[in-house]
Amino acid sequence: MSGQDASGLRAWVVQRVSAVYLALCFGSAPIAWLTQRPLTYAAWRAWIAHPVVNVACILFFIALALHAWVGVRDVVIDYVQSTAARFVLLVGVAASLLAMLVWAFRILLLVPQS
Amino acid sequence: MNTHKRRPVFLDITRIRMPIAALVSIAHRASGVLLFLSIPVAIYFFDLSLRSAQDFSTVNSMLNSVPGKLSVLVVLWALLHHLCAGIRYLLLDLRIGLTRDAARLGAWIVFGAETLALLLVVGLLR
Repeated sequence: MSGQDASGLRAWVVQRVSAVYLALCFGSAPIAWLTQRPLTYAAWRAWIAHPVVNVACILFFIALALHAWVGVRDVVIDYVQSTAARFVLLVGVAASLLAMLVWAFRILLLVPQS
Repeated sequence: MNTHKRRPVFLDITRIRMPIAALVSIAHRASGVLLFLSIPVAIYFFDLSLRSAQDFSTVNSMLNSVPGKLSVLVVLWALLHHLCAGIRYLLLDLRIGLTRDAARLGAWIVFGAETLALLLVVGLLR
C-alpha cells in the first residue's frame, strides 16, 4: 500500500498511536503533580527544564498536533461539502497547528537556557 | 439520481432517541473540537507561566478567578470525556466490548469514570 490507498490507514494509525502517548501523559500528570508539587515559579521552571520532562513535553506537543490534525480533518470532511471551503479550512487548520507546534517548541527549548 | 433525492429523510434531532453510545460519540467529537480550540489558549498560559515570577503569579490569579475556574472546569470535562471515550474506542479496536450490551455498558462506564475523574482532579487542584 502506498500513497492515496494507504492514507486512510495511515491517519488511523497516527490517531491511535498519538492517542496512546497523550493518554499516558495525561495519566501521569496527576502523579507528577502530587509527587513533584511544582507550585512556585522556580520549582515549575526547574521541573519543565528537567531533560526528561522537557523531551516528554516536546513529544507531547508533536503527538497533540498530529492527533488534532487527524481529528479536525475528519470533522471538516464530514461537515464541509464544498471542495473550495474544505481546502481553505484544512489549510488554515494545518497552518495554525504548525504555528502552535513551533510556538510550543520555542517555549520548551528556551526554558533550560535561562 | 432522482430516486436518491426523493428518499424519505428523518433527521429531527429532537425526536431521535439517542442510544447511550451515540451520546458518548457526539460528546467525543464536540469535546475534541473544544480541546482543539483551547490549544492556543493553553500554550499562551504555558508560555506566560515560564516567563517571569510576576507572569507566573498573573497566570495563577487568572486561573484562580471565577471565570478562570469555570473555563478550566469546562476544558477539564472535555479532556476527561475525550480521554475516557477514547480509551473505550481503543478497546473496541482491540475487539473488547463489541457486543451491543458490552458497548452500552462501556458507554455508561465512560460517563461514570469521567465524572469520578473530574471530581478527583477538582479535589486535587483545590
